[in-house]
Amino acid sequence: MQQQVTGVATADLVMDKAALEDAEKRKKRRWALGLLGFFAFTSIATFIYNEYYIYLSVYLWFGLIYGMCLQYGKFCFSSAFRDLFAIRVPRMLVGIVIATLLFGAVSAPITAAGLSTFHAAPVSSHAIIAGAIFGIGMVIAGGCASSSLYKTGEGNMNALIVILSLSLTQALFADVGGWTNNFVPEAWTQSALEKGLPASITVTDGWVDQYLAGYVWNKPAVTYADLLGMTNESVLGAFVGNLLVGILLPAALLLALVYALYWRKGYRKKQQKAGKDVSGLMGELAGYWSMIIANKRTATAGLILGIACALQMLVIQGLRVKFGFKNAGVMLERIGFDFGLSVQGTVFDPGYWYVTTQEAQWVGWTLQKMGIENLDNIYFGFVNGIPNPAINPADWMSFALIGGAAIIALYHNEFKFKKPTWETAMWSVIGGFFMGIGARLGLGCNVGAFFVRVANGDCSGWLFGLGMAGGAYLGVQFFNWWTERKLAKEMESCGL
Amino acid sequence: MGMKFEKTGEGRYRLNVNGYVCPHPQIYTKKALEKLATGDILELVFDNPSSGESIEQMIENDGNTLVEKLLESGQYEWHIEKS
Repeated sequence: MQQQVTGVATADLVMDKAALEDAEKRKKRRWALGLLGFFAFTSIATFIYNEYYIYLSVYLWFGLIYGMCLQYGKFCFSSAFRDLFAIRVPRMLVGIVIATLLFGAVSAPITAAGLSTFHAAPVSSHAIIAGAIFGIGMVIAGGCASSSLYKTGEGNMNALIVILSLSLTQALFADVGGWTNNFVPEAWTQSALEKGLPASITVTDGWVDQYLAGYVWNKPAVTYADLLGMTNESVLGAFVGNLLVGILLPAALLLALVYALYWRKGYRKKQQKAGKDVSGLMGELAGYWSMIIANKRTATAGLILGIACALQMLVIQGLRVKFGFKNAGVMLERIGFDFGLSVQGTVFDPGYWYVTTQEAQWVGWTLQKMGIENLDNIYFGFVNGIPNPAINPADWMSFALIGGAAIIALYHNEFKFKKPTWETAMWSVIGGFFMGIGARLGLGCNVGAFFVRVANGDCSGWLFGLGMAGGAYLGVQFFNWWTERKLAKEMESCGL
Repeated sequence: MGMKFEKTGEGRYRLNVNGYVCPHPQIYTKKALEKLATGDILELVFDNPSSGESIEQMIENDGNTLVEKLLESGQYEWHIEKS
């Protein structure tokens, strides 16, 4: 009898627990729906207020899509290199290559038609150095610039610390002058002065200013189409130069290398164990394909992400033509926001997915409001401005990216508010700092300086990626040492 | 809370990396599995979803077996058998 009572009580407890879990899942799904409703309401209400807000809403909805894709596919550029070196898992690298190929394939006709919003960046060894610093940072931080956004949407407060550190570092680094001027080569100062920048820009005071105007701007901005003597805005240039030579061939080569070094051996061992024939070219191709489809979630996310990225360029360009401006600075002035525009009347308005500059901008805007003058540097004062984050198009994209990730995480019961520990917070701050420096030196992050550039045939994209891979390798070596030491202590007490 | 590794029974070990972000959960899991004997079970507790994607593929690539997967309120508990 006693046993029966205990059994019934246990069954009741199990049912209660299951009912509680169901209730929690339903509650989270309601939150997800509420968030989606919030973004829809924001778009509709602001559009009714002023039709120009549709421009910001386009950024918002693409940001939402990016956030959803990133969270669904656990899409992290840091993971692409780090997991390959640390645990020999190529799933993320494959996902990124798929996304890049799709982005490139959809971008090609847009570029050929002259509707692309993309501009190539200067090419030189600075991209490799910047990539390496950024790569070390993203491994230490536990995620790249874009994944820190989506992980914040999962409730991960370590990721939020990374964003804060990355944002603050960039804003301060872009503006720092004084003693840092001692480290500027004379040739950079002279060259920067020769650019004839407006008087409001103190070009000889600031390391980054002189690096930009005295060094980076002197380097050529080249695409693969340019290298082959083709015009970017032509079918031949866009499809053969940028897509085939700039993306398809290097991507196929990269995947073949990853297959040979990280996948082939394990795949063949498993197949042979199962009695399957893996000989010949067909065997190799089957192995190659198995690597591509090994993680369908990541591959699917990469596919949608790639298409969405290219479509954003098309939609933004369409709106620019409709409203008759080339930069959102004009639009902001028209709707009555003229604070924080650059001396050229522009604001940061990439027209495609970007992460780091809008992060620097909101800190720049906050610092300006606190009385710190920072519109005298090139980054804020001459190019990007520091508009109010509430009406900054790129900030709408990042904010929505966090929201999109939260929606998917809540829907799949993967949302969890995670408090940082002292150790994880320390890694977040240090990693964010390195990423901030790398992003400003490379004129972008894993998205702006690598993903978008590679997908649009910009020669500097692969250079930044090469640097990122090198930096990630160094970061992994450090963490291998760190974790080995900590785990050995714990295992000792278990007799292992 | 920091990383915790403990013995929970004969041939059973528990690695708790709750609160850690990438790459800590995957590196700790890899290193812990390397030290275990064939047939041992590693109970892995973590709450970083993206680590799970990589750990799952690592388990498969290394020929180990994921015998149980639990998810409750954003916390994962996976039981991995070392082969």
